[in-house]
Amino acid sequence: MLGGLALFFYFIVQNMLANMEARGITTGFAFLSEKAGFGILQSLIPYSEESTYGRTFIVGLLNTLLVSGLGILFASLLGFLIGVARLSKNWLVSRMAGVYIETFRNIPLLLQIFFWYFAVIRPLPSPRQSLSLGDWVFLNVRGLYLPMPELESSFGIMLAALAVAIVLVFFLRRWAIKRHYETGKTFPLLLTSIIILIGIPLLAYLLSGGSIAWDKPSLQGFNFQGGITVIPELLALLLALTIYTAAFIAETVRAGILAVSHGQTEAALALGLSHGQTLRMVIIPQAMRVIIPPLTSQYLNLVKNSSLATAIGYPDIVSVFMGTTLNQTGQAVEIIAMTMAVYLTISLLISAFMNWYNHKMALVER
Amino acid sequence: MSVTKQLLPDRPAPISQIGPIAWLRENLFSGPFNTLATILSLYFLYLVIPPVFDWVFFSANWQGETRDACTNSGACWVFIIQRFEQFMYGFYPENLHWRPNLAGLLLVLLVVPLFFKRVPHKGWIAAFILLIYPVIAYFLLHGGAAGLEEVNTGKWGGLMLTLILSIFGIVAALPIGILLALGRRSSMPIVRAVCTVYIELWRGAPLITVLFMSSVMLPLFLPEGVDIDKLARAMVGIAMFQSAYVAEAVRGGLQAIPKGQYEAAEAMGLTYWKSMRLVILPQALKLSIPGMVNTFIELFKDTSLVLIIGLFDLLAIIQQANADSSWLGFDTEGYIFAAVVYWIFCFGMSRYSLALEKKLDTGHRH
Amino acid sequence: MNETNRNTANDDYIVSMRNVNKWFGNFHVLKDINLNVKKGERIVICGPSGSGKSTVIRCINHLEEHQEGEIIVDGIEVGNDVKLIHQVRREVGMCFQHFNLFPHLTILDNLTLAPIWVRNMPKKEAEEIAMKYLERVRIPEQASKYPGQLSGGQQQRVAIARSLCMNPKVMLFDEPTSALDPEMISEVLDVMVELAEGGMTMICVTHEMGFAKRVADRVIFMDAGQIIEENEPQAFFNNPQSERTKLFLSQIIQH
Repeated sequence: MLGGLALFFYFIVQNMLANMEARGITTGFAFLSEKAGFGILQSLIPYSEESTYGRTFIVGLLNTLLVSGLGILFASLLGFLIGVARLSKNWLVSRMAGVYIETFRNIPLLLQIFFWYFAVIRPLPSPRQSLSLGDWVFLNVRGLYLPMPELESSFGIMLAALAVAIVLVFFLRRWAIKRHYETGKTFPLLLTSIIILIGIPLLAYLLSGGSIAWDKPSLQGFNFQGGITVIPELLALLLALTIYTAAFIAETVRAGILAVSHGQTEAALALGLSHGQTLRMVIIPQAMRVIIPPLTSQYLNLVKNSSLATAIGYPDIVSVFMGTTLNQTGQAVEIIAMTMAVYLTISLLISAFMNWYNHKMALVER
Repeated sequence: MSVTKQLLPDRPAPISQIGPIAWLRENLFSGPFNTLATILSLYFLYLVIPPVFDWVFFSANWQGETRDACTNSGACWVFIIQRFEQFMYGFYPENLHWRPNLAGLLLVLLVVPLFFKRVPHKGWIAAFILLIYPVIAYFLLHGGAAGLEEVNTGKWGGLMLTLILSIFGIVAALPIGILLALGRRSSMPIVRAVCTVYIELWRGAPLITVLFMSSVMLPLFLPEGVDIDKLARAMVGIAMFQSAYVAEAVRGGLQAIPKGQYEAAEAMGLTYWKSMRLVILPQALKLSIPGMVNTFIELFKDTSLVLIIGLFDLLAIIQQANADSSWLGFDTEGYIFAAVVYWIFCFGMSRYSLALEKKLDTGHRH
Repeated sequence: MNETNRNTANDDYIVSMRNVNKWFGNFHVLKDINLNVKKGERIVICGPSGSGKSTVIRCINHLEEHQEGEIIVDGIEVGNDVKLIHQVRREVGMCFQHFNLFPHLTILDNLTLAPIWVRNMPKKEAEEIAMKYLERVRIPEQASKYPGQLSGGQQQRVAIARSLCMNPKVMLFDEPTSALDPEMISEVLDVMVELAEGGMTMICVTHEMGFAKRVADRVIFMDAGQIIEENEPQAFFNNPQSERTKLFLSQIIQH
C-alpha cells in the first residue's frame, strides 16, 4: 500500500515538473531577490516598486500580523463583554447578548466583510464631505483618519509616566498583598491604583508645560494628509473579524463560567466571602482553565480568517504574496509553500502555547 | 416533643413572588445597576428597531419589474424577487430547473429515513447515498447523455451550488476522515505520524490557501492536455480540507467510547477491521454526529469563499447582481437576503446539533 | 450597630425561625417552619427527599431566600441587608454533600482563604489555626496536597476543618455523608461526633440514624415542607407518634 502511494507521488511530481517546464516557470527561490514592480496599499515598513519580491513577503506578513493582532485584541474585549452580558441577571441584557451571538455566528464572515466594505464604507462621502468629529477624526470613502499625538511633545512624557505608573501599581499590589499576609491589615488597593494610573500621567502633563501637539489629519486638495490613516480595506476587515470572532469568544467565555459548579459559589459565600472576592479568587481562576483552550482556538481561527483580506484587496500575505507575486512569477509551489508555512508556524506556536498552558494549569488529581 | 397533626395545605405564593410583577422585579429592576441597564437597553432598542422595521417592511417596495418600481424610501425587495431564480440556481437554464430540483428531492427522500429509529438497513441507505447518489446527481445536473441537455459546471451557481459544495464536501470527506481518525489512533508509528501530520497540516491552513492551491497546482499535477474542471478542482480542495475536521470530530467520538468496548471486541476474537465495523464505529459515529454537524455548518459558511476562485455560489451571485448596472445601489438588500438564507440554514442546523447532543448525552450514560 | 436588630426575647436561642414560609416559583416548599435552637444543642433533621429539609438550613445562612417569616441567627435577622447577611455567614459554618472544596487551591489554602480575606487574619496565624484543625480531623499530612488527590472521606473532613477555621457559632451539615462510599462514612461521622461532644451547636440534615441516636439532642422529621414531629432521639425512634414518621422510619430501617 505504501508502495502504491509512493508511485502516485512520483507520477504527480513528474507531471508537475514537465508542466512547469512547458510553461517556462523556473523553480527555486531566486525570484525573491527580483524586483517586484507593483505598489502595495499599506505597508508598515518602507516599500516601493523597486523593492524585491522577498520584501513583498515581509510586507504582506506584517499586514497579516497587524490585522490579526488588532482583531484578537478587539474581539477579546468585545467577546468577554458580551459573554458576561449573556450571563447577566437582567433578562433584557442577557437576551440581547444572545441575539448578537446567534446572529453573527451564523452568517459567513466573507458576507460580513462585504457588507461593511460595500454596503457601509463605499457609500461614504468623498473626502471633501467627510463625516467628522470636530477637526480630529474624519471618516470618508477613502478611509478613517485619526489624529496622532507627537511623541516630542508632552505626549511622550505622559507615555513614560504611564509606564512608570503601571510599574508602580504592580509593586504596590505586591506590597499590599504581602502586608495583608503578614499583618492582616487591608489596603484600598483599587482606589489607590486608579489614582496612580490617572494621577501620575496627569502630573507629568502639567509639569511638562501642558501641551500635547497633535498631528491632525487635514484636507489638502482632494485627500487628507497627516495623522493616522486607516484604509477602508483594513477598517472593513477589522470590523468584520472583530464582530464575528467576538460572537464565538462570547460563547466560550459563557461556557467557561458556567462550567464552574454552583457549589463553589455557595461554599465561598457560606464562608463569608463577598461576591467580588468569590468571583476573583474562586470562580475566575477555575473558569479561565476552561476558557483558555478554546479561546486560543478562536485566535487561531481569526488569524486564518484574516486571509479573506484577498476578497476586498487588503494587502495581507495571501493577497500580496500568494496573489500578485504568484501571478507575476508563476512560481506557485514555492510561494504557496512559503505562505502555508507562515500559517502553519503560527498554528503550531499557538498549539504549543496551549499545551504548555494546559500542562501548567491542570488541576492536580490522583 | 411536638407533633403536627394536620398537614398544612399548599398556599399560593404571595403576589410579590410570582406573576409578572415579581418577574419584572427579579429580572429587570432588581437593583440600581440592573435598572439602569434595563433603561439603556430599552432606549437602544427604541432607537434601532422601529427604523429597521420600517425600512424592511413598511416602507419597502415589493411589487414591480424594474428598479423604477422602487419608489418608497424603504428596502427594494423587487430586486430580490426579480433575481430570485438566479440567486437560487445561478446561471442554470431556467427551463431545466426541474433537474436540480429532482436531484434535491431525491437526496431528501434518501436522507429522511435515516432520522427515524425503526428504519432497517440504515447502513445500506447510507452506502447508497455515499456511493451511488453522487453519480445520479451529477448525471442529472450535468446531463450530456440520455437525451438530457448538457449544462456546463460554469453555469451552476447560487444556493444550489452552495448546497452542492457543502454536501459533496462532507460526503467525500467522511470516508477519508474516518480512516484518518483511525490512523491517528493506530499503534503503527508511521501510520500515526502520517495521519497526524496530514490532519494538522490541513487544519493549520486557511481555506483560501487550500482553494488557491487546488486551483493553481492541480492542473500542474496532471499530464499535459488533461484539463480539470474548475468546480472539480474546488471540490477536491474542499474535500481534503474537510476531511481533517471530520477526522477530529470522529476522533472525539472514538475517545468517548469506554475502553471496555475495545477490549470486549478483542476478547470476542474479532479482527481489527471487523471490530471497527461491527462494534466501535457504529457507536463512535453516532457520538460524533454533533461534532460533524458543527463542521458541516462551518463548511456551509466557508463555501462562500469559492467566490474568490471564480465560482458563483450564493454570495458570489448576489455580489455579481449587486454590481449589475440596472440594479445599482441595492447592495444592502442583497446582503441582507444572503444573510437571512445562510442564517436559516446555519441556525437550524446548530439547533439540531444541540438537540442531538442532549439526546446522545442522556442515552450514553455509563 | 446591630444592637437595634437584636431581639432580646430570643436571646437564649442562637438560631430562631418563626413562621418561615418559602416558595420556589409557585411551589410552596416550606410551610410555617418554627424552629428554635439553643446554644450547644445538636439537631438532626430527617425526612424523605423533597421534604424541604435542605432548604430549611440553606435559609439559615441565606443561600436560599425565605419570603415569609423571620429567621434570627445570633441576634441578627437574616433578611435582605447584605451587610447583615455577611455577618451571619461569618458566624455560621456549612458543610455540603459534595464537599465543594476549591480544586485549584491546596488544602492549606482552602482552609486559610476565608480567615485571611474575611477575618483579615495574618497568614501565619491563619495557617497555625488551619493546621490545628487539620490535626483535629486527623489529616495534617495532606496540607500541601490538592483536593483532587484526596479521597471523598478526606475531602469532607477537610471541608469540616475549613468551616471550623472561621470559628463559627453554629455548624450546618447538608447530608454530609450521602455522597461517600460506605467505608468512608464512619471517619466523617467520628469527626462530627467529636465536634458535638466539644459543645458545638450543630444542625444536621442526614440519613445516618446511628449518628442521631448517639449525639442528637432533638430529632426533627419533615415532610412536604412541614415539621411533622420533633422529639428526643430515644422517644423519636422507639415511639414515633405520627403515621408519616412511622412510615419513614420503617423505610429507612429496612436497610
